[in-house]
Amino acid sequence: MSFWEYVGNRHQQLLTDAYQHASAVFQCMVLATLIGVLLGVVTYRSDWAGNLATTATSTILTVPSLAMIGLLIPVVGLGVPPTVIALTLYGLLPIVRNSIVGLRGVDPSLVDAAKGIGMSRVMRLARVELPLAWPPILTGIRVSTQMLMGIAAIAAYASGPGLGNEIFRGLASLGSKNALNQVLSGTLGIIVLALLFDAAYVLLGRLTIPRGIRV
Amino acid sequence: MSESHGAAIELENLTKRYPGSASPAVDNVNMEIKAGEIVIFVGPSGCGKSTTLKMINRLIEPSGGRIRIGGEDVTDIDPVKLRRKVGYAIQASGLFPHMTVAQNIALVPKMIGWPKGRIKDRVEEMLDLVGLDPGEFHHRYPRQLSGGQQQRVGVARALAADPPVLLMDEPFGAVDPITRDHLQDELIRLQHELHKTIVFVTHDFDEAIKLGDRIAVLRERSHIAQFDTPEAILTNPADDFVSGFVGAGAALKRLNLTRVRDVEITDYPTVSVDDPLQAIFNRIRSSGTNEILLLDKRGRPYKWLRRGDLMRAKGSLARAGTLVTDTVTRDATLRDALEAVLTDNTGRVAVTGRRGAYIGVVDMETLMNSVHELLEADRLEALEAQHELEEARAAQTHAEQEGPGGEAKA
Repeated sequence: MSFWEYVGNRHQQLLTDAYQHASAVFQCMVLATLIGVLLGVVTYRSDWAGNLATTATSTILTVPSLAMIGLLIPVVGLGVPPTVIALTLYGLLPIVRNSIVGLRGVDPSLVDAAKGIGMSRVMRLARVELPLAWPPILTGIRVSTQMLMGIAAIAAYASGPGLGNEIFRGLASLGSKNALNQVLSGTLGIIVLALLFDAAYVLLGRLTIPRGIRV
Repeated sequence: MSESHGAAIELENLTKRYPGSASPAVDNVNMEIKAGEIVIFVGPSGCGKSTTLKMINRLIEPSGGRIRIGGEDVTDIDPVKLRRKVGYAIQASGLFPHMTVAQNIALVPKMIGWPKGRIKDRVEEMLDLVGLDPGEFHHRYPRQLSGGQQQRVGVARALAADPPVLLMDEPFGAVDPITRDHLQDELIRLQHELHKTIVFVTHDFDEAIKLGDRIAVLRERSHIAQFDTPEAILTNPADDFVSGFVGAGAALKRLNLTRVRDVEITDYPTVSVDDPLQAIFNRIRSSGTNEILLLDKRGRPYKWLRRGDLMRAKGSLARAGTLVTDTVTRDATLRDALEAVLTDNTGRVAVTGRRGAYIGVVDMETLMNSVHELLEADRLEALEAQHELEEARAAQTHAEQEGPGGEAKA
């Protein structure tokens, strides 16, 4: 069976896997973005707290993904929970780091001006600092998403959802006639998804970055 | 819409001490700023002038002393509320790059809850006020404006909610000299309309002279070396520090403070190009001066005619005499007038009124006499002011020596 015949026969299964893969990554990105930006907002004004947040999240990233999921299984069980926890944790670093860099990069004279015309702390953050820091934060989110696309494949190891299942099935039956097709379709599927997401981010950037600071 | 006029500002024993430094950054400043006047804080960098300014809207919290605006003690009120009532303009405009010009200007009115329609009208009005066409600039982003335009929008934003007080922290420090000159003129014009109380920080003494109703020359720790009118500071600096800051050429700078309308404009024999040649000859002969002024058809100064010029040009008015190169209006400063007199080899300059029509002339002698009179008058005034300052200082020294046993110090 050629690769295309395989894809034709299994498209139902592949689409479901792809959908679940995308949905898992998307949901984990929403979580990681909320937590990551929050961490950035809380820590960027202090040197040591900001560094601590960056170091902590980058330490998480050095744990091999297979080990991370393996370690999570005894704690939270199989399936969706270890996948979500692992992906969210991995997604944090680029977002936290870029949030801190972005917020610290806002021109201090603008913050001074915002204060001077009577903006409260929350208003300054919401109306001035976060909008100005948004482009680097969005870049962080983009990098995170690309990374999670790949890592999400490992989730299949903990019987999680997604295209990883194809890959693992193929790897488990190496030598059988469909093994290569399975690995290939899973991998290519992930690449296509990653490209689609990236295109979506470009669009999101167009829509959300104010015209006055777009480069 | 009626604008609210300025409110008086009183600083009482205002002090800023930063933790870990032995001497205060701002030490015991006492100052009364009258409603509707422009007061300039001028001094070397690091003298605490900016810190003092930022304590007025409590961007920097004072460690001691009181601030009163319009009689109300604002030292302990919510700083966010205070700042919405005090306009604030800074160097390089401080406009938010992600908002349009209109959004920037609308910020404070929005925060204090003006209705939408009123905000919209106000934005147009403010753009108009600072000399920018609302239709053209409304939707632009700050980066699409020149430095001078950004600064204008910065001032418009500061004034949008019609605050009685405007604080300006070296607002024109980052623009080129020509633009700065324009912006200063604009500010003077604005102030004629608005009568706000403006506190303006600069390190440029010439800017201080040009803009200030009164100038506070500050030395280290914001000690007031002299607080007086520009005239008084120029003619009678309180001490070596102030005269060092005034710099050389105080008499020349003084010329900037007086307008041509304030000095005597003298009549001068004139003829018109429409007069018959014979009448012109007669006029030159009977005038008793070396030259007369030839006016064009609309009564504007056209040429200086010397005796004999007409003869040499064989009676042709088109070829005779020298063209008038420079004229001044009644609003020109004496410095402009002097400049014109010096460059024109006749030793006088024609003064023009509406549509460039001739009014009279100002010559070297008039200029010298009026400058002498001005300097003399300033000197007397300054002596009086210095007397008062010394008395005030003596009182303060006295209070300080009394120590904590006397008046409680912050």
